[in-house]
Amino acid sequence: MPGLAIENWQRKQTVAWPDDVPLALAAPGPHGPVIHGLNRAAALAGARSGARVTDMRAVCPTLRIEDADLPGDAACLARLAFWCRRWGPWSAPDRADGLLIDTTGADHLFGGEDAMLADMQGRLARAGLTAALAIAPTRGAAWALARFGAGRVICHDLQSDLAPLPVAGLRLDGPTLLLMRRLGLKTIGDLAAIPRLSLMRRFARADLPENPLLRLDQMLGHLAEPLDAPDPAPRFMAQTRLAEPVMDPTDWLPQLIADLCTQLAAKAQGCRRLRLSIFRVDGERRDTHLRIASPSREAAHLLRLFQGKLDGLDPGFGFDLLQLTAEAVEALPDAQPDLDARSEGLELARLIDRLTARFGAAAIHRPEAVESHIPERSETPAPPLGQTPVPDARPDRPLRLLTPPEEIRVLYAIPEGPPAQFSWRRQTLRVARYAGPERIAPEWWRDRPGTRLRDYFRVEDPSGLRLWIYREGLVHDGRGGTPRWFLHGIFA
Amino acid sequence: MTANPFPQGVAPFGRTPAPSLTAPILSEAFGLRPLDGAVIGFVRAALPLGQVLWAQDRLSRIEHGAPFLPGMGRALIRLDLTRPADVLSALEDGLQSHALAAVVGEIHGAPNALNFTASRRLALRAERGGLPCWLIRHAAPAADASAARMRWRIGALPSAIDPDDPQAPGDPRWRAELFRARGTPPSIWEGRHDRAADRLDLVAWTGDRELAAQADRGVA
Repeated sequence: MPGLAIENWQRKQTVAWPDDVPLALAAPGPHGPVIHGLNRAAALAGARSGARVTDMRAVCPTLRIEDADLPGDAACLARLAFWCRRWGPWSAPDRADGLLIDTTGADHLFGGEDAMLADMQGRLARAGLTAALAIAPTRGAAWALARFGAGRVICHDLQSDLAPLPVAGLRLDGPTLLLMRRLGLKTIGDLAAIPRLSLMRRFARADLPENPLLRLDQMLGHLAEPLDAPDPAPRFMAQTRLAEPVMDPTDWLPQLIADLCTQLAAKAQGCRRLRLSIFRVDGERRDTHLRIASPSREAAHLLRLFQGKLDGLDPGFGFDLLQLTAEAVEALPDAQPDLDARSEGLELARLIDRLTARFGAAAIHRPEAVESHIPERSETPAPPLGQTPVPDARPDRPLRLLTPPEEIRVLYAIPEGPPAQFSWRRQTLRVARYAGPERIAPEWWRDRPGTRLRDYFRVEDPSGLRLWIYREGLVHDGRGGTPRWFLHGIFA
Repeated sequence: MTANPFPQGVAPFGRTPAPSLTAPILSEAFGLRPLDGAVIGFVRAALPLGQVLWAQDRLSRIEHGAPFLPGMGRALIRLDLTRPADVLSALEDGLQSHALAAVVGEIHGAPNALNFTASRRLALRAERGGLPCWLIRHAAPAADASAARMRWRIGALPSAIDPDDPQAPGDPRWRAELFRARGTPPSIWEGRHDRAADRLDLVAWTGDRELAAQADRGVA
């Protein structure tokens, strides 16, 4: 897949990138960033993959550079490898931009090798990926033909098909390719014509990526090169078939959960997402989903999370099949419990699970401090299981923040100070003592132009109410009319 | 003759000892007025160190604001809920966990969900779980029945003098009235919060400040 990086990048954008603007993705290299992928316009403008970004900027001044997402591309390729099992039982990602599929004996299912390649190309194109494809008896030959052959290639005779290809098709590393070029060996045919004995003498101690003889043997099938296909993620599922349709799944749930937990324990896994499906007699399916904060295979805990979740499950005229599936699992090795048989981290995760299952993930959060002087931006909701240090309480910050700030009406204004008297919700408050102003300027890199600064005052009324009020803007700052006053916080 | 020379709840000089605020019991704190942060400051100062579960219903969040981390300076897990009944059940869940240091719930008004049974459930859970549980009541009549072991009424007082700036509000002071408690007679305290040391001092109430000030002025 020659364009995997750039196509992946384009799939992630919300707005399609125009075809005529040159775009390149940069990856970190040993001497500064290098081009990792480029679009068609950039290739036409003279940019090359693998060259340094600064050089390519000189070649094509209008080139736009974005960062390549190498781990994201690798993850995408790993997912594609499993998706490609539709054409053959064994498949694996190959380096950064290739896929290997062992289609031995599978081509007749698709109507021959040619039809199978067309099917592959069509389906990948529908997913937004261009692919160069080749079928060959050996892995090395397919690698070379896919990259240096003409489009869709089916290899019938190894010797004659591979002979015109360049030596770069041998999967050799850079210094060895340079050596080949200096020796005047341009094609695989040239290399194969050299007597085997002299090649062996020259490259006797070389490793596989720098040994053209071994690579040639692999390509021609003299040396075995098995495909190391990864196993798909195991699927954990428990189900119960009922003789008669029933309306309430509660009685069957403990057995299902115990069954699933046994399966998970056998593979040392814990589930993060659970789905309970009921299959109704009228041919419909209803699902309930659960999310778990930290991987778990504790039957009692999982059972408790389902409490109250089953009421919303509409059983219709009853159901006769119950299925409990672990949709996401994570490795969870057996751990020794503490001496008092409980651990604080686990306890907190269990509590978060129960609260999330009952009130939803949006209701629960842990406030986290952020570097910002704007009060409403100085804290942000974070996931409740994180570990960040809590800042010390500041005496000049209120305990309570009103969102949004409530406007107050100034009755007696004093220049350069807080109002002597103001009304909030028809209640008149007099300022006995105050501290301030504390001026907080807008963050020009985030706020809209024209945002006004704020002057904060800590004020106290004669009865002891301590409040945080601010004036938005100055009188002649040219960003609006008379400044307005707001109540923003409440002190202890 | 008993071993203890003083009957329970009576300390030397006729004063009751200051109640312990970190005991694993259910306590209720009533706010007196809107815009009065005294009850929040009092509960915050009474919390032990550690993770605190802080649940609010919708009305208290709108009317009285949300906890603000730079001012609170405590490790909070916030629950923004809608109904008072949700707050109560969240508190019950929190009290069963050993990972928390305290549990705080805020309820606006006097909803039907918060009846004597609900408060008794909370009180028993708090005692069994060994966690202090605070129920902050905004805009509520104090007369309703409750199983809370301590019931406080907290109001703001004019703050202490700031040593650096006599014009500025200083350390907060509160009038804390313990109007119902198990085992101790009702008492009135003046709470002084030392913000630098983050320490809450309860001092016995000395009487009506306004009158005392006026009496002083009259003598002078």
